[in-house]
Amino acid sequence: MAVASFYNQISANKRNSFLLAAFVIAVFATLGFTIGYAITGSAAGAAGVTAFALAIGAISGVASYFSGDKLVLAVSQARPVDDASAPQLMNVVREMAVAANVPMPAVYVVDDTAPNAFATGRDPAHASVAITTGLLEKLDREELQGVIAHELSHVRNFDIRFSLIVGVMVGVIAILADFFLRFTFWGGMSGRRSSSRDSGGNGIQAVILVVAIVLAILAPIIARFIQLAVSRQREYLADASGVELTRNPYGLERALAKIATDQEVLEVANRGTQHMYFTNPIKKFEARSSGLMDTHPPILDRINRLRQLTGDPPLPAADAAALAGLD
Amino acid sequence: MDPLLIVVIVIVIVAVVVFIALYNGLVQKRLRIDEAFAQIEVQLKRRHDLIPNLVNAVKGYMGFEQKVLTDVTNARAAAVAAGGQGPTQQAAAENALTGTLRSLFAVVENYPELKANENVLALQEQLTTTENQISFSRQHYNATVLDYNTNIQTFPSVLIAGILGFIKRDFFDAEPEAETVPNVDLSLS
Repeated sequence: MAVASFYNQISANKRNSFLLAAFVIAVFATLGFTIGYAITGSAAGAAGVTAFALAIGAISGVASYFSGDKLVLAVSQARPVDDASAPQLMNVVREMAVAANVPMPAVYVVDDTAPNAFATGRDPAHASVAITTGLLEKLDREELQGVIAHELSHVRNFDIRFSLIVGVMVGVIAILADFFLRFTFWGGMSGRRSSSRDSGGNGIQAVILVVAIVLAILAPIIARFIQLAVSRQREYLADASGVELTRNPYGLERALAKIATDQEVLEVANRGTQHMYFTNPIKKFEARSSGLMDTHPPILDRINRLRQLTGDPPLPAADAAALAGLD
Repeated sequence: MDPLLIVVIVIVIVAVVVFIALYNGLVQKRLRIDEAFAQIEVQLKRRHDLIPNLVNAVKGYMGFEQKVLTDVTNARAAAVAAGGQGPTQQAAAENALTGTLRSLFAVVENYPELKANENVLALQEQLTTTENQISFSRQHYNATVLDYNTNIQTFPSVLIAGILGFIKRDFFDAEPEAETVPNVDLSLS
């Protein structure tokens, strides 16, 4: 593989995630319009339905935007630390804050032997990072710095905000589709069709109705896949941005290998919070999703992309076998 | 009103708005460079303040290594004095100080009691993080210079940058001395 620069990786990841997010918004707009037209029979009505759905989504988004981080920290049983209780950790975080020129985030520790970390907060001024005691024990300073750089990069790339927007879109698509399918199949449509005033309206509206039903079934699934793809892109982006801070891909690479091969289960993690962590905390093979359904990219892929930055060849087959299928 | 006149007025308004936006962007990027430079000074001063404590903590244990300790103390004094002598002198003095500290850390490795002493370990961690913060603040300074230089040399800011006096700024380069291996002197003097 050719030598890449982290600048190129960063641009590519940002571009891909914006395209995916734009696609989700397009799916939402299409769904909203077809459903709106199928129900009301007019373009103005279609726009109205779309706007209404968006408004509901926005309200739920606002609530999550302002208090989401406190909720997540409480659910994960994170306890705050300071310079007296965790001096080296605070120093490592402070160094990364200096490199990124962001204010020092609040630092938390989760008492669990499984090594993992997450970051939360709507912008760098309101950020928190949490690290498990397992990670603090198992990684050396250089590797810890790689992980912290990755987490802080999630904050400075506004990933929490980005994921929130995509998440709201996916939620609204699901609700809109669900509402429409119930509305269609449990009555309510026959009355409207006969009262349509457009002379050609019946025919077009019937076609749109069929299209809307098909979209209502497919759109939630498509949107979910896109959301997962966005999550993976932002993980790659955080890796590359982390290297932009540390200028040391080796630390992060070693940390990834160490954490991925650790088989301990993170007790406080569940399907609702798994996307936030540094690596996928769900370790039981049957419970994990893979490929398109994965919140995290495969560890092997992340490691090989980091090796591209230093011009190293991809991991040799023996080492790669140990990491195959892990994320 | 003459439609041509309206078009011309709109174009002029748009041009003025774009010009203001570009100018403000350039000023902001230039100010960020100055801020980043000031941040480096903050880190350097922090190191000056930490060193006397470190020297005191290890002095008792390192009877045979007085030269290394005196080197550090003298280099620190020189760095503090160089603060008022301009950036080149300052950078040279700070790099010399870094060299003496690296020698000191290398020597401490040979003293098991010293390595196990909690005060020494805590101070070593403090100095390590200070050295790192100095490097990272210099790295960030370079990032702001890169951003500014890129902006004044690419379209559209390149059109107004030269006329308005926005000139290229220099990166922070490590001094040639920083590339030499630290000299570990274990003599009995």
